[in-house]
Parts: sequence; C-alpha cells; structure tokens
Amino acid sequence: MNTIKPSICLSETSKNALRGIFRGAFLTTLAALSATIPAGAQDHDFITVVSWGGSYARASVKAHHERFEQETGIQIKLDEYNGGLAQIRAQAETGNVSWDVVDMQAGDTLLGCDEGLLETVDEDTLPAAPDGTPAAADFLDVYDVECGAKSLVYSTVYAYHDDRFPEHKPTTMADFFDLDKFPGRRGMRRAPNANLEFALVADGVPASQVYEVLSDAEGVARALRKLDSIKDQVVWWEAGAQPPQMLADGEVVMSTAYNGRIFNAWALEGQPLTIVWDGQVQAITYQVIVAGTSKLELARQFVAFATATRSLANITRYISYGPLRHSSIALVDKHEETGVAMGPHMPNAAQNIANAVHEDPDWWADNQDEMNERFAAWLIK
Amino acid sequence: MFNKPRTTAILLALPLTAFILVTFVAPLGSMFMRSLYDPLVADIMPGTVAALAQWDGTGLPSEQVYALAARELERAREERTIGKLATRLNRDTSGLRSVITRTGRALKRKGGAPWSESLPTLHAAWGEPAIWQALARTGARVTPVYYLNAVDLTFDGSGAIVRQPEERRIYATLFIKTLRVSLTITLLCLIIGYPVAYLIAQAPPRQGRLLLVLVLVPFWTSLLVRTTSWIVLLQQQGVVNDLLVWLGLAPDDQRLTMIHNMTGTLVAMTYVLAPFMILPLYSVMRGIPAVQMQAAASLGASWPRAFYRVYLPQSLPGVGAGCLLVFILAIGYYITPALVGGQSGQLISNFIAYHIQTSLNWGLAAALGCVLFVAVLLLFLLYDRVLGIDRMRLG
Repeated sequence: MNTIKPSICLSETSKNALRGIFRGAFLTTLAALSATIPAGAQDHDFITVVSWGGSYARASVKAHHERFEQETGIQIKLDEYNGGLAQIRAQAETGNVSWDVVDMQAGDTLLGCDEGLLETVDEDTLPAAPDGTPAAADFLDVYDVECGAKSLVYSTVYAYHDDRFPEHKPTTMADFFDLDKFPGRRGMRRAPNANLEFALVADGVPASQVYEVLSDAEGVARALRKLDSIKDQVVWWEAGAQPPQMLADGEVVMSTAYNGRIFNAWALEGQPLTIVWDGQVQAITYQVIVAGTSKLELARQFVAFATATRSLANITRYISYGPLRHSSIALVDKHEETGVAMGPHMPNAAQNIANAVHEDPDWWADNQDEMNERFAAWLIK
Repeated sequence: MFNKPRTTAILLALPLTAFILVTFVAPLGSMFMRSLYDPLVADIMPGTVAALAQWDGTGLPSEQVYALAARELERAREERTIGKLATRLNRDTSGLRSVITRTGRALKRKGGAPWSESLPTLHAAWGEPAIWQALARTGARVTPVYYLNAVDLTFDGSGAIVRQPEERRIYATLFIKTLRVSLTITLLCLIIGYPVAYLIAQAPPRQGRLLLVLVLVPFWTSLLVRTTSWIVLLQQQGVVNDLLVWLGLAPDDQRLTMIHNMTGTLVAMTYVLAPFMILPLYSVMRGIPAVQMQAAASLGASWPRAFYRVYLPQSLPGVGAGCLLVFILAIGYYITPALVGGQSGQLISNFIAYHIQTSLNWGLAAALGCVLFVAVLLLFLLYDRVLGIDRMRLG
C-alpha cells in the first residue's frame, strides 16, 4: 500500500514568510552593527543586480547578464525581491548600500525617487537605437520617471487550466467573478493592486475609466463588494511563481498571474494554461540605481547595457514581456527554447489590448497605504 | 575606604547590566519614542508649522504662510526630503503625496508671488483648508496620532478625535482576536498539559525520565522545523488528509483545509507552547508527596474527591505559572502564525511586522507594540493581584 506519502511541500506563502522573518532579523542586526563597523574595502569587480526571481530572473540572465559579464568582465551578483522599498530604505538608513541596480515597478520608482533613495537616470545617456534614433525618441511614450530607465511592460492577467473547463471557456474578466458559470477556487494576489481594477472591469466599468471610478469615494467600496462575491473561493498568492504552480496542482481552476509566468509554464513545461487578456492590467518596470552605491559608474554602465535595443529584444526570447523601445519591438521574434512566435504573446500585442487597463502609478502612489489598510480590513472581515 | 568585595560585585554585574541596557531598555525606549515623537514635518517645514500654530484652523491662512510653505517646499525638493514629507502627509490624508510632489516639481517653473494665488494654480488642493489642517496636525513633534490609529481612532478635519471610518478599522478587532486566540491556546495547553505533567510526575522514575525527554526533545528542536512539520501533516495533500481519505472518512475531492487558516494557527501554536505549560506543572507536581493522596484515600475519599481537595489546590501555582507563560508568549507570537496562519490566522504581531517591513510606518508599528506591551503588563498586574506573583513557581 502506498497511499500515505508524506511529502514536504512548503508553500510559497510560507517561504515568503520565512524569508521575511530572516530578512527582518538580518536588517535589525545590520542596523545595529553597521553603526559601529566601518565599511570594509569594496570589491569593484562585481555589481549586485536585484530582480524578481523565477523565470523572469532567468530570462534577464540569459538575455543580457551573461553577455554583460563576457563583454565587460564585471561579475553580476543576482539577488531577488518581491517589490517594495523596504530593503532599499533600510540600506540607505544604515548607510550600508549593498544593492546597485534594481528592477523596479513604476509606483516604487516614483516614491523611491521622491525620497532620494534612487539615482536620477538621464535618458540622453542611454544608448541610441541601431539606426541612430536617440534613446529619448526610441523609448515608448509611457510613464516618464526621473530615476529609472524604461525597461519592459508586463501585465497582470488571469489564466485558467484547460482541463477544468472542457466545454465553455472563460473569455472575459466578468467570467472570473462568475461562480455559477465557472465554479471552483480562484487564485489572487494578496494585495489590492490589480485586484481592484479587475473587480471594476468585471463590474462593467470601461478599462479607461477604472481610476476615475476608484478616485470616487464609492468606487473602492464598489470594487470590494465585487470581490466579496468570490471571496470565500479565493486562494491568495504572494510570489509570481505561485499561480502557475497552483493551477498545475489543481489547487485553483483559474488564477490572476503575471503573463510571463503563465507563458513560461505553458511554453517550457507544456502546462495546458490559457491566458484571458480581457481586463489585463499593464504595468511598467524600470532599471533603477540605488542612491549611495559605491559602484555608481558600473551601475550606470549596466543600466545602459540592460536597456539597450538588443538586451530588451533578447528578453522576449525567454519570456513574454514587451520591450519599451520601438527598435526592440521590431526585433521580437521567436522563443529561444521552443520556437514559438512571441509577437502574439506580448501584453501590448494588438489583439490583446482591446480592454486593457494601464496602471496609474500616481493613483497607486497616493492611495497604496490606504488601500493596503482597507484591503487588510476587508480580508479579516 | 575601598570596599573590595563590593567593587567586585559591581564589576561582575556590569556586563549583565550593560547587556540589559543595550538589548532591552534601549530598543524599548527608542520604540516608545518613535510611537510618540515624529519631528519629520516640523523639521522639513519649520516656518510653515510655526506660522500655522497662529492660524485659527478655519478658512485659509495668510499670504505669509503661503510664501513660507512655497519656500520650504522648494528647499525640500532641492534637498530631496520632499518624498519623506509627502509620505508622511499621505499617511494622514490619502492623496496628499501627489499634491506635495507635483507642487514641488512645478514650483520653480510656475510659482511666484503672491503665493496665495499661484500655489492653488499648481494644485487645487492648496486652495482648500484640508491640506493646511493636515500640515498643522502633522507638524506637532509630539503626537498621539499613532496611538489613536492603533486603536482605530483618528483626528477629523477640525482636530477632534473620531473613530476611523468603518472600512479602515482593523486593529481593535485584531487586538481582541489576539487576546481570544491566546486565551484559547492557553486553555488548550492546560487541558493537554495537565494530564501529561501528572503522568510524568506519577510515573516511576525511569519511565518518568523517558516521558520528560519526550517533552524536552521537541522543545529543544528548532521552532521553524516544528512549525513546518505541521504544514507537512495538515496540508491538503498532507499526511492527515491522506490518512482520512485512505480510511474513507473524507472524499478525495473534499480534503479538509486545516492549514493556512485559524485552525492551523491554533494547532501549531498549542503544540509549540505546550512544553511551557508542562514543565512548570511538572516541577510543582513533583513536589506534592504521593502519600497525601494515599492518606486521603485511606480516610475514605474517592479518587476524584481526593484529587480535587488535596492534589489540585497544591498544583495551582504550577497552573498559574504555566498559564501566564503560555499566554504571554502566545500574545506576541509571530513566526508560527506567519507560516501557518494564512489570512484568517494572522495576529497583531504579524501586522506590526508588516508595518516595520513593508509599509514602513514605524510610528504605527511602535504604537501597536506599546499597546501590546501595556496590555501584557496589565494582565501581569492583574495576575499578581488575583493569584499573587510570589505563589508562582517556575520550577
């Protein structure tokens, strides 16, 4: 008999909690020690680059980290995080900056810049396109920041497991919230971000008016009411690697997720997962430099390299995130390992953007704290 | 003259005193400071804050205040402290972050005297009293606002203390929940621990030692290992569920959810804290002479009666010590709920950690911590008043 099989399967949530605990302990110790111990001699042969882990970090390594190391002889130490400014703030306050370049979301970039945690990045210092178009004209006209180089557009979408819905397939954001038509547990990120937008789109708000409605006092309550309708069927996730896993394990029938993670599970692991693009929330990432780094020149060199035409185009050979340079978009071709044409899988491909929400970093910067609070209050209700 | 033994004694006590000062008194003190003292706005905009102290709080302030605010915002932008200012004000009133940062960006290009006219053209919020009220409120260096927030209160526009709007009330509920959960865990530990301690105390020495080792070995094992082993046991594809399905007690598609919720928190915390109940109980019970029960029986008392009249009263100091230990540990517990609590099983300490690590609202985190600290202290005093701390025996 082999029915009872103990297996150690630490969930991502637990891993994150563990990581949080260690990080907290580490930062406290760091803060206590760094006041007394002078910084030792810095090793200038490497820089620390921080990214989001999982298949995205892997894509960055293959797309340009390896090439950067070969061409410059500078080693890259890869670290990972789950967004937010907490670690950078702690490094700045203790005067012990150990991160050099970070792959950062728009809202954090905005805040970090205002708080003086990030170096300014001048677009004129970034490399021009191969045909000579200056960088400023080559980058897409999306949200401009002072402290970051535009990198990629990714999107939060929802995806479902084909086998769970053999006949009728979900096609709209409203279907995600429809437990009668599509019964089963749903995965959602344990944060208000994107979920509020999804709820309003599902409730019939046109994608272009989502933030207008959210700015209204009644708007957030309306979004939370919509979320209420599926609350007891939701399994909350935190790290981007969790949703494909939960879908594959059958823990949920559909889940919100970052589109690149779903693509990789589908393309590389052959998981029968389908993305529903309706109501996708598009967001932008930047390459930023942590203020106070002792390797400012190397960091600038890396940022210029990582956001050059070829590097951004290369990313699309490993993951379906859209480059923010016109010259890179022209180079989007096939997936390196499977030969899948990448064009249709880009968040900003023509057939995917019909009802896309463009994340408003200003709105989130203004309301993140209050939304976190209201979301936490809603969760424990 | 020179009292040598005394000097030696002081010198010997010095390392410990220093240790307590550095690791206990200093962090507690700085945390307490943070929860009350918040000089950020007053430091960045000293002139404006001082001028607003003269303002009656209604209508709009004078041109002089506008000019001061504009000058200090511009300086904050140059010194790159404007982001911190914006964050602090945004915590008071959502939306002020972008008012401050946008004004900062536009100030040099579009601003100019008279400021009471040009500032509102940069952002309409400068034409409303709300932003000035917020500046006046947050300008106070010593502020009770974090304590108010920690119990779901806040200031309204006129500075009166009001309850938070319903959708933002979290902490009072969480404090009550934390107290309730801690009491439940204490009770569970007592129910489980008392018979175990009794068994160990009554067993012949050899078996007793063996039983005691069985309690102590997990007690010495890493907390993380013990907590995660409950995940292995209780998860949906875990040992307990597999067993239930195999026995036919639960259908395969309806496995029980026993982890990442309140059940998980209760089970794992009771397990982790049980030794803190068993050990004081055991040490007290070991001191109760077995002959007393025999004497009671020979005088005609039934076993329950003898237990109730003779044994139980003598074991009460152990019960008190165990309950107090378990309860105080449970109320501040953080790692176990973070790992196995999911969303519904989170306690107040998890939110303190959230404000320290993620939202970076250290003032609120400190206030929540202090409220928790005072609550524990009060319970301790209550315990002392009712049961007497000198009767407590830890072994």
